[in-house]
Amino acid sequence: MRTRILAARIAICLCLFCATQARGQVTFERILNSGKEPHNWMTYSGDYLGRRFSPLDQINTTTARQLVAKWVYQTGATGKLETTPLVVDGILYATAQDDRAFALDARTGRPIWLYQHALPGDIRPCCGRVNRGLAILDDKVFLGTLDAHVIALDTKTGNVLWDVTAADYRVGYSFTVAPLAVRNLVVIGVSGGEYGVRGFIDAYDATTGERKWRFYTVPGPGEPGHETWEGNSWKVGGAPAWNTGTYDAATNQIFWPTGNPAPSNRGEGRAGDNLYSNSLLALNADTGQMNWYFQFTKHDEHDWDATQVPVMFDEAGKHLIAQANRNGFFYVLDRAQGKLISASAYGKITWSDRKDAEGRPVAKKEASPTLAGHTVCPGALGTTNFMAPAYDPQTSLFYVTARDQCDIFSTAPQPYEAGHAYYGSAYFPSDEAEPYRGFLKAIDPATGEIKWKFEHTSPTWSGVLTTAGGLVFTGDAEGNFIALDAAAGKALWHFQMGGAVYAAPIGFAVDGKEFVAIAAGSAIYAFGLP
Amino acid sequence: MSFVIQQPEVVGNRFARKRLKRERPPLLSVFAGLLLLAASAADAADDRNPAGDAKAAAAGEYEFRINCALCHGLGARGGGRGPDLTRAQKKHVHSDEEMFQVISNGIPGTAMPANGTNGQGVGMTDEEIRQIITYIRSVEVKAGARSIGNGAHGKELFYGNANCSLCHMVEGRGGRVGPDLTAVGGSRTREAMIDSVRNPSRRLAWGLTEPTKEFPQEYETITVVTADGKEIKGVALNEDSFTVQMMDLSEQVYLLEKDKLRSFEKSRESIMPAYSPDLLGGRDLDDIVAFLTTVGAK
Repeated sequence: MRTRILAARIAICLCLFCATQARGQVTFERILNSGKEPHNWMTYSGDYLGRRFSPLDQINTTTARQLVAKWVYQTGATGKLETTPLVVDGILYATAQDDRAFALDARTGRPIWLYQHALPGDIRPCCGRVNRGLAILDDKVFLGTLDAHVIALDTKTGNVLWDVTAADYRVGYSFTVAPLAVRNLVVIGVSGGEYGVRGFIDAYDATTGERKWRFYTVPGPGEPGHETWEGNSWKVGGAPAWNTGTYDAATNQIFWPTGNPAPSNRGEGRAGDNLYSNSLLALNADTGQMNWYFQFTKHDEHDWDATQVPVMFDEAGKHLIAQANRNGFFYVLDRAQGKLISASAYGKITWSDRKDAEGRPVAKKEASPTLAGHTVCPGALGTTNFMAPAYDPQTSLFYVTARDQCDIFSTAPQPYEAGHAYYGSAYFPSDEAEPYRGFLKAIDPATGEIKWKFEHTSPTWSGVLTTAGGLVFTGDAEGNFIALDAAAGKALWHFQMGGAVYAAPIGFAVDGKEFVAIAAGSAIYAFGLP
Repeated sequence: MSFVIQQPEVVGNRFARKRLKRERPPLLSVFAGLLLLAASAADAADDRNPAGDAKAAAAGEYEFRINCALCHGLGARGGGRGPDLTRAQKKHVHSDEEMFQVISNGIPGTAMPANGTNGQGVGMTDEEIRQIITYIRSVEVKAGARSIGNGAHGKELFYGNANCSLCHMVEGRGGRVGPDLTAVGGSRTREAMIDSVRNPSRRLAWGLTEPTKEFPQEYETITVVTADGKEIKGVALNEDSFTVQMMDLSEQVYLLEKDKLRSFEKSRESIMPAYSPDLLGGRDLDDIVAFLTTVGAK
């Protein structure tokens, strides 16, 4: 009798557990309709369109002045925090250096679980032991690691549900990107452009970790585009895919940007356009087959990865996709066929003085690096870089962090050796261009015109958030978190966080109260109204 | 109100700041490592720098270009940012093992970053570091450094007629408005020091180098007018979009909020006068540089 009652109780409990579990699931449909859940931030850019726009408006141009810090979470990690947190139903999920992942109570910043991937001692990631965030789908969050694993963690416990090895870290492959969860797939692009890897974008079954497709960003023998590589240069051609793409449900296409051909500072030995480096790729989400591509910088010799987030919006009935590119031009494309609509300079550039028949800026011959080196603008860090941009449907403006900096680009022959840095020389800061200047710029995509700019004290790596409250949020190198008027660019509020910003802000709400959050220094900060 | 603010050594590498992020081993473990290395150096023949190996030197040159040339210049001849490594006499390094440690771990208190943290290279393996050492040894000028100038006379000028010490400190003596020059002789080439005296605005000196900030503060000239109409002119100690911390010529420190100022102007014209050959002859300048070089080598 007693046993039966107990069994019944267990059954009831289990059933309740099932129900809770089902409600907590982050389905593909929920992410697709993220606008219906403005309190959540369920994917890297806030929505599949890449807008980094929060539809919340409690914090607005009137109330922004009252913002206060609500909590700070110290990650205990040193180095750059590039993470974009996710927030689902009151729980915040984020990452930190050396492939830490954690879940916090989004109201208080108190940890719920912590995970750290055991990394081998001999990894040598290019640009810091960084990670840009997680993807979430159903009851799992997904992490790409510096030793090129893709890992699924239980959202409730942080336990590893599956762990697959995508590539060999010893020859330079790694993951730093926040994956993109689409349908039942986890899409992820590889890093390693500094090592002469052969770049790829992978899709894994979210339930099992089985790889469903791989798109090599450097075509192999017999594939279209292979002829754009001289000799065997394709084998070490680079074209990594280290920043998060976006997804268009109407056409079931993933838009994913790619990085520099390798070696980054030497074009000799890889004659040709070097497809699909520095391109935007439109891939069928189910199969990974390419529908179209657009190459921003052909045969790049300046390390101008085109890995910036591609952002979708519609204008006068046209379905568009735009990218503020590292090479200093803001490109607007038709997203059905990848046809170029406009390319406008949004920063200081000296590398191009004409456009081809399609309207694409063409590199001057004399912009090529030389043995002794000479100055080209933008510098190797680009007019922008990985910092996430934002688009505000209310102002119809595109917001991007930009820098004016020029570098001396030099080139030298360098043999490829597996696992060794493969740059073909290097760049040096050019004194001619000092001081280096940093801005937040508001671009009108219809005209390419800069509507306003806010000059920082020095260039920053902070991303941007826009909100329905008429605000733009960004950080700076001096440690400030700043709220600006989205229409005019006037700073309305700031808070000194005590650490430089390399991450992008997000917006969310818990218990009906709006928050904005950003990583700076070694911590994650959340702000709200008193 | 006057604050004494300790100026960090002015040998900044702006790019070193950018990604000065990898955890540095605590000093203690560096020393422990040194001891271990010293103990094991005799039997660790394979780890020894392959001196004179042309192939290793060539490989080291690639690595040098990627990892070191940013500050130490192409050919290791130095620049405005880092010392000339072709000089046989180096301040921090004598043996290959010391060089290995310095490249691996950086030099605390200077802009020399630990391996892999200069923001440009990807970090080197031990083998690659040893190739770089071979390369540096291959380009060293074997003869002792040419000695130009009379350091004793330079010292007299520095603290006397040339007026350098009105603004600059060396070994605890002098002013605070300009950078402390005690260490400058060890980290700058002679040419870079001469250029800084002749053309102080060409490349402003780096001041505060916050580990969290990509670009260190420079000695920019700041002129403000406060709300009550007082004009203050001096050098920036630090600045962000909303505040400025500055020192005027009488070494007063001011902590100001920009939105409370009537005006704020920043200029890259250095507050230091350009010393033309009429003001300071070539031989006298050589003497001052000789003085700074002698102090900097200590």
